Amino acid sequence: MCLAVPGRVESIEESTAVVDVGGATVRVRLDLCPDATTGEWVLVHAGFALERVDEEYARETLALFAEMDALKAGLGEETP
Amino acid sequence: MTPLPGASPEMLEQLVADCRRLADRAAERVGGRVHLMEVCGTHSHAIARAGIRDLLGDAVRLVSGPGCPVCVTDAGQIDLCLDLAERPHTILATFGDMVRVPGSRGSLAEVRARGGRVKVVYSPLEALAAAQQAPDSEVVMVGVGFETTAPTIACLVREADRLGLRNLSLLSAHKTVPPALRALLAAEEVSLHGFLCPGHVSVVIGSNAYRSIANDYRTPCVVAGFEPADILLAIRMLLQQVAEGEAKVENAYRRAVAPEGNRHAVEAMYSVFAVGEASWRGIGVIPKSGLRLRDEWSAFDAMARFALTAPEVQDHPACHCGEVLRGARLPAECPAFGRACTPARPLGPCMVSSEGACAAEHRYRAA
Repeated sequence: MCLAVPGRVESIEESTAVVDVGGATVRVRLDLCPDATTGEWVLVHAGFALERVDEEYARETLALFAEMDALKAGLGEETP
Repeated sequence: MTPLPGASPEMLEQLVADCRRLADRAAERVGGRVHLMEVCGTHSHAIARAGIRDLLGDAVRLVSGPGCPVCVTDAGQIDLCLDLAERPHTILATFGDMVRVPGSRGSLAEVRARGGRVKVVYSPLEALAAAQQAPDSEVVMVGVGFETTAPTIACLVREADRLGLRNLSLLSAHKTVPPALRALLAAEEVSLHGFLCPGHVSVVIGSNAYRSIANDYRTPCVVAGFEPADILLAIRMLLQQVAEGEAKVENAYRRAVAPEGNRHAVEAMYSVFAVGEASWRGIGVIPKSGLRLRDEWSAFDAMARFALTAPEVQDHPACHCGEVLRGARLPAECPAFGRACTPARPLGPCMVSSEGACAAEHRYRAA
């Protein structure tokens, strides 16, 4: 129910955006995310853009892993 | 084990190894199994799909909480929906998840089969179009969902007002997540050592919304995304906190969740809704956990328009959804699971909704 899927904003007209969600084109309201711009990624939920998201999902995950390793080193955890 | 998509296999292996190692330390710290709770139907589904429970080993018990909005909708509310859908000249607009959930006398699917007008919508704005197309009918939108969905329903109400639509109203069963977490901790039925917080609720309310829970109840809260790697990372963060004796809010879904959330969505939600008590299936009434229409929007309130009162309804006696929703029981620990209760013949809501903990477990357990 709280599922939201990422899509890329193709164009914007007034408060509605055309968003590419995995190859499908959907019309999405921008009431809750008025700052979205063309080319950005947004999370789409129930026909509304819910939030802008970082385009590079994978890169973010990589960054978090790197951070985690740094954290681990900082805490001086023993390695298994 | 189902292969985990997303991150590289080496990373996932590393994460699982980290979790298992930290779990032992955390278990030592708490003096028993570490109880972590996810509070999101999409997490229930993703965890079951990736087989994460089995990967964590015996030191961690990962339970589901009241994270599926359809599952926590009181059976009395379902009965109200049945009542409305059976009325002449009335169209009940609802998200699809609600259609098969049983009330005390059947489901919306059964009412629809008997000729009741039930319109399944993906976006609430489809209810707007339905009201415009059927000016002689009353269209009632069923407002079910947490903070993720409530702002979209708020937009529906504001748009209906702007367009001067008088044949559209809202039956609000909206709920907010943090008060339910507080209620579970206060009840102390299950000792919970950490919450895996719902990613898309948190997009709206922000990770800061859990700070008082972490502080008041000394319980770690980590916001999680939806890839297996996201979930494992969040579990790792929780176990680390438990092992260190910490209780703070961390965010493992920063690509979408800001500390302060989405202020546009929060403003939209509270411009239309006020906070009130709500009845949660399996938990009972929780103060300040519901969203009702503000007085200035009462013209759109279906409860008032149709003079409705929610009936008190008992759940099926063999159904243990309440315990599942409180984290007191895993789906497989219910005697009815997979026997008297299956997705084809569900006894309770957790087996109906695709996001229900029981449906998720049932779908993937044999995979």
